[in-house]
Amino acid sequence: MADWEVVIGLEIHAQLATRSKIFSGSATAYGAPPNTQANLVDLAYPGVLPVLNAEAVRMAVKFGLAIGAHIAPRSVFARKNYFYPDLPKGYQISQYELPVVSRGSLRIVLEDGTQKIVGVTRAHLEEDAGKSLHEGLANASGIDLNRAGTPLLEIVSEPDMRSAKEAVAYMKKIHTLVRYLEICDGNMQEGSFRCDANVSVRPRGQEKFGTRAEIKNLNSFRFVEKAIQHEVARQIDVIESGGKVVQETRLYDSDKDETRSMRSKEEANDYRYFPDPDLLPVEVSEGFIAEVRSSLPELPDEKAARFAHDLALSAYDAGVLSASRELGEYFEAVLAELGTAHAKLAANWVMGELSSALNRDNLDITRSKVLPADLKGLLSRIVDATISGKIAKDVFEAMWSEGKSADQIIEAKGLKQITDSGAIESVIDAVIAANPRQLADYRAGKDKLFGFFVGQVMKAMGGKANPAQLNDLLKAKLGG
Amino acid sequence: MHDQSIGELALHLGAGRCSSVELTRHFLARIERFNPALNALVTVTAEEALAAAAAADRRLARGERGPLLGVPLIHKDIFCTDGVRTSCGSRMLDNFVAPYDATVVARLRAAGAVMLGKANMDEFAMGSSNETSYYGPVRNPWDTGKVPGGSSGGSAAAMAARLAPYTTGTDTGGSIRQPAALTGVTGIKPTYGRVSRYGMIAFASSLDQAGVLARSAEDAAAVLQVMAGFDPLDSTSVDAPVPDYPRLLGAPLTGLRIGLLREFFDGLESRNAALIHDALKVYTSLGASTVEVSLPHLPLSVPTYYVVAPAECSSNLSRFDGVRYGYRCDNPKDLLDLYRRSRGEGFGPEVKRRIMTGTYVLSAGYFDAYYLKAQKVRRLINEDFRKAFSEVDVLIGPTTPTPAFAIGAKIDDPITMYLNDIYTIGANLAGLPGLSLPCGFVDGLPMGLQLIGPHFSESRLLNAAHQYQLRTDWHRQAPRGYE
Repeated sequence: MADWEVVIGLEIHAQLATRSKIFSGSATAYGAPPNTQANLVDLAYPGVLPVLNAEAVRMAVKFGLAIGAHIAPRSVFARKNYFYPDLPKGYQISQYELPVVSRGSLRIVLEDGTQKIVGVTRAHLEEDAGKSLHEGLANASGIDLNRAGTPLLEIVSEPDMRSAKEAVAYMKKIHTLVRYLEICDGNMQEGSFRCDANVSVRPRGQEKFGTRAEIKNLNSFRFVEKAIQHEVARQIDVIESGGKVVQETRLYDSDKDETRSMRSKEEANDYRYFPDPDLLPVEVSEGFIAEVRSSLPELPDEKAARFAHDLALSAYDAGVLSASRELGEYFEAVLAELGTAHAKLAANWVMGELSSALNRDNLDITRSKVLPADLKGLLSRIVDATISGKIAKDVFEAMWSEGKSADQIIEAKGLKQITDSGAIESVIDAVIAANPRQLADYRAGKDKLFGFFVGQVMKAMGGKANPAQLNDLLKAKLGG
Repeated sequence: MHDQSIGELALHLGAGRCSSVELTRHFLARIERFNPALNALVTVTAEEALAAAAAADRRLARGERGPLLGVPLIHKDIFCTDGVRTSCGSRMLDNFVAPYDATVVARLRAAGAVMLGKANMDEFAMGSSNETSYYGPVRNPWDTGKVPGGSSGGSAAAMAARLAPYTTGTDTGGSIRQPAALTGVTGIKPTYGRVSRYGMIAFASSLDQAGVLARSAEDAAAVLQVMAGFDPLDSTSVDAPVPDYPRLLGAPLTGLRIGLLREFFDGLESRNAALIHDALKVYTSLGASTVEVSLPHLPLSVPTYYVVAPAECSSNLSRFDGVRYGYRCDNPKDLLDLYRRSRGEGFGPEVKRRIMTGTYVLSAGYFDAYYLKAQKVRRLINEDFRKAFSEVDVLIGPTTPTPAFAIGAKIDDPITMYLNDIYTIGANLAGLPGLSLPCGFVDGLPMGLQLIGPHFSESRLLNAAHQYQLRTDWHRQAPRGYE
């Protein structure tokens, strides 16, 4: 069996988070009743004309700058002509020969820590189509044009990825980026962020690319990975059994975990692209670019580098905490009051207890039941030794479910740590007196029994003894 | 009443010598009398017109005055009119009632204009004789066996028959100027971008421009004043101030440099040429000078146009698919059948010819040879004009090669038909303003003199036409029976 190399390129469609559509004033909000967000322009009434939403251009430029791409001073909208009921004009307005963004790149980090630069060929603006509805209609199809005219940024990568894992890492990175830039809500269930994957295989060492298949409309990271893995296996199987891969469009069926042919190259449309005479070329000035550049937020890579460098966090922690803008902001809000000296403590809590609570309740960081100020309140009590880390976990759970502050819970439940050595010593004495055999064994060299004594004292004190103090005192007493 | 200028009508209305309702009734009566034979209007909105006239009269009674307030008009049926059918001369839109007003319609409505009805036209503005209309040909009031020209044939015939003080038109390759010439009226196609295209059903978006057909340049100036100006709903409309056209009509022509296009005069029929030279004599007597200029690429304008215009039309007309509005075939058996039959039955032969031509020139493998090459030639023609206008202020020549021809004479020969627009298409390709005004008769049929100026020189064209009309009375001639 030959050694096969996989070649993958992705076309990601990110729905831009503009309030109105790219060429009309209709709202873009998701989930409205069919055709309630479609005006005469979206319905392609005779005589109507498109007017470009400048905000969509600003967002595309933002993205371009964030990936170090070339921003075209002049880009052109073209018409892509084909007939379909969910395409009211009979053409889609899209940038073709002259896209607004070209030649960018970004860095991906794989799970094993290896890094890779993936090229972005281009990113262009276009309008989305509507939706055909077939359910609940006898002998008829419905059309919902709410989505028609929604602005999309189509981000086309170079064929730089060599595994499904790399493709997912790239897609996640773009996902993080567009959300950082606040140009896309990234909601994959609602289709705001979806991708097509171009997949081919070639014998390792061969320069020429194999024939590719395009897998359409993948709307989750898991589907991207599975669809690519499946497609790679299929193509290798085809070639190894003496067949040839044909250039075609395929659809991933997540229920059956397989890809199916949609149409071959021969059946492909001739889209008859030509510049849209209803729209002027988009002119982007140096001044505009500078203004957008100055409005860019700190980007994920920059934030991760700062966390690693300034806060002495590990590369892994820095990466996790900067993976979403909101998570990073939460973390920094906690840190702002707690002090950067406790960055590692805050990082552990945000990535640990907080993240698992969020996951358990299926909540986004922005909807956390414990706010940064409250978490800071809790961590301060660890720092000032009011409670132990172990007790803090219980306090956190109570905060999460009861919505009270750490101090309120510590007070109400009497969880304040005991640091009075006299009080601790008297409990130690009682525990030693009650366990003469264990004392003898310990003194005979069974060091492990130290833990037993710690446990007994803590149990007797309801877990509230200051652990360090307890250790010191116990060691002294057991030593006799 | 029907032979008075817009200015005179406005004065009468302002002075209370007549009401808008009376004026409207007068024109409606003429429409009722003459339209059955001419077929110039496809829709008459008598009731709405009288209501609008009454509203105008109330405004007048309140002391409001305006150059178009209470003055009736007819819109070409390519402009969407809220609540009134807009057919575009096609079976495809025979049942289409737009839920909105085109910007041109809205501006005129706001100025108190009273719409009498909608004018017949070549289907989707594709034609030079008004014979491609689903509603049948329009007859030329000068000779009802002849065509009125097209595509604004209904608008032009209505003007010649004095069915309205003015009409609107659109001009993609000569569709205002050519019918104006063949019916003895004054028509102006403004600079591309001067008037909003919003609500004007698109034929070829980069060429289409709305304009006016009127009794005189003076009337056209008054109407254009209201129609022109930037519209945020049309990205290709130009955000530049609109000059005061009526005020600039009186400027002297001393020193005006007139360019005579060699390409327009080569092979021009002698009687037509004689009329142009007579007109030039008027201009030179007014202090203008003439110089011969050449636009070497101009002879390529017809083939260039017949690549660019069909290409755009093939895409613009894709929205007529039987799904959301317009004609829909009976009992489609599936989606493809719905498309094929709705479009096959809804469009006429000339529209289909252009959709097919346009689809062909945009297809993979042909795009470079046709569409791209045509765009290159278009740039060269543009450049030719630019050079010419560095030497002259206005180009003057014929509007059409011949006077009105017989109904049926050319309809089966598209190439001959297309050559009707040989003198007018250049201005569309370059986006320049052009104006046609009556300059005499050949075989008892009116002929047009064409003025073409640099971008945004409408005031100069109107001024030059007005000065000519002060000294001639070709524009006052009415066809027999319509005086």
